[in-house]
Amino acid sequence: MSLARFVERLLQLIPVLLGVSVIVFAMITLTPGDPVQIMIGDQIVTPEQEAAMRRDLGLDRPIHERFFAFLGNAVQGDFGQSFYHRRPVIDVIKERLPATIELSLVALIIALVTAIPLGVLAAIKRNSFLDRLATVGSLLGVSLPGFWFGILLIMLFAVHLQILPVSGRIGYASEIEPITHLLLIDTLLRGRVDAFFDALSHIIMPAITLGLPMTAILMRVTRTSMLEVMRQDYITFAEAKGLSRQKVLFRHALKNALIPTVSVAAIETGSLLGGNMIVETVFGWPGLGRLVVESIFVRNYPLVQAAVLFYAVTYVMLNFFADILYTILNPRVKL
Amino acid sequence: MSAPTDKTLLQVEGLRTVFETRDGTVCAVDGVDVIVERGECLGVVGESGSGKSVTFNSVMGLVRSPGRIEAGRIMFEGRDLRALNQTEMRAVRGRDIAMTMQDAMTALNPALTVGEQIAEMLEAHDKGLPSGRNARRRAIRAHSVKMLGLVGIASPETRLGQYPHEFSGGMRQRIMIAIALASMPKLLIADEPTTALDVTIQAQVLELITDTRAKLGMSVVLITHDLGVVAEHCDRVMVMYAGQVVEQGRTADVIMRPKHPYTKGLLGSLPRLSLRGQRIEPIEGQVPELIDLPAQCRFYSRCRERGPECLKNIEMRDAGNGQTARCVRVQKELAT
Repeated sequence: MSLARFVERLLQLIPVLLGVSVIVFAMITLTPGDPVQIMIGDQIVTPEQEAAMRRDLGLDRPIHERFFAFLGNAVQGDFGQSFYHRRPVIDVIKERLPATIELSLVALIIALVTAIPLGVLAAIKRNSFLDRLATVGSLLGVSLPGFWFGILLIMLFAVHLQILPVSGRIGYASEIEPITHLLLIDTLLRGRVDAFFDALSHIIMPAITLGLPMTAILMRVTRTSMLEVMRQDYITFAEAKGLSRQKVLFRHALKNALIPTVSVAAIETGSLLGGNMIVETVFGWPGLGRLVVESIFVRNYPLVQAAVLFYAVTYVMLNFFADILYTILNPRVKL
Repeated sequence: MSAPTDKTLLQVEGLRTVFETRDGTVCAVDGVDVIVERGECLGVVGESGSGKSVTFNSVMGLVRSPGRIEAGRIMFEGRDLRALNQTEMRAVRGRDIAMTMQDAMTALNPALTVGEQIAEMLEAHDKGLPSGRNARRRAIRAHSVKMLGLVGIASPETRLGQYPHEFSGGMRQRIMIAIALASMPKLLIADEPTTALDVTIQAQVLELITDTRAKLGMSVVLITHDLGVVAEHCDRVMVMYAGQVVEQGRTADVIMRPKHPYTKGLLGSLPRLSLRGQRIEPIEGQVPELIDLPAQCRFYSRCRERGPECLKNIEMRDAGNGQTARCVRVQKELAT
């Protein structure tokens, strides 16, 4: 892809993101519930005090003013103050983001390394016992709700067998000075192998729970597209050349079969973000998803706005990268 | 059919390849015998579904489920290919017997460059490549360039790095031939190499095959439904109908003196400039379904010369001069 084309695609993202920010702002502002009332709670305040609070938070201004103020500041990276934390929203998000990124990455890796080999295997051994097992498994994978599956895992491994921790990111004994803020990497960089395994034992259940639906979908996509590719003439021709089975399968078939898998994986990575809210809540994972859920309950508008905008941007960017990856894998496509 | 000699490269006997379908077992190839001598070009003619491609896919061991070879011997240079295991068979494919496929548009992998697709053929069969890594790569590259040049692709050095979609249909067909010829096979099975091409390109591609055959001394099986192509390029011809060989012999004999009514029909349905103004005679009727065929001549329902004596299984009959045909009339014609 030429640089001009790349820039053009990048510029196309602007209207999309603008639209997203309007929707995000409107949805949150129009949702019933008053943050000031929630902050007051049971305390007794005078109307003057309440009005002062409202003014303090900028909630006394008309809605369009608030939107443009939000947009203008957002472009500069200022998402306002978190009502609840009394700190800049961006700082709160930055604090929570690494945990979510780490969890999503591990979930993604688990999904990719299980789904692709399973999908290929199911396609090669079509209609075998393994294929059927994988089919049933993937059906379960997409249909099991994350909160339920997560709780099942907790009950089995944490409560019953007591081999994995119930919640959190790492034990107190393993706390380390952060470098990248990704604990699995930091613990290794600090040479704390024990802490690494501690972090691993914390992340494994939430990552599996989060990655399960994606694994299931990717497996189905890989299987279907592998079956499709294996029927193609160029596979027969590759076999007629006398190439080894590995060469035919991996060089000729898989490279073509992965094209749809990659697109779906990129889009599904976006949906991991949504899954994060549930999984982080179930496993007490100190990430962005849980922060958003908490913020919704306390009507912490600025934070929810910023987080949803962040999700939307991530989603759009993932699709953008999927397109680019697509052109790399598929030489016929020019963006 | 004559007995195998030292000159015989490929001998197929009693090949039977079936496909299991919901409606029953389809016998796509039923008792086919083939002999290919060293250095000769055998034309295989027949309409779609007559079993031409399946016969030679069986030879290559490329019949896929739900198809399988039920019976027969496939002898190549004195070895029974059906007795070989997968690894041994892979060594035969590409190195001893190479194949080009009908549709060049779909037979090249869209995700690999042409150079990669030639190189892997050479790597797989490793005929006299140097051992050092760089020397090896250079040798493969040089050979690939040579092969592309041989099939008439201009500026082969730059073309090696391009993907199949950057070539025209005729060029892809020639690239496929370049790949097939890259490891100097003893037998080339060219499955309808010209069907998908423009007439002008057709001639080029066939010339190319004939030239390289002469240069390398290899044998060629040319699968086609074009009798004109056969007349020009093949030493011998084999006509297939509904999974059986119905006639075979030297090209000149079969074309000048066809014995089987089906061959006569095929020749009669060819448009010819010399017969301008006359109607082209089509063969009436359709090829029978290949499920549960009755024990009778398979061409019976479409044959103009049919009689009650045709309602039994017909064996190939000798028409003299190495020509045989699967028709009860053959002996009679000889007598009269």
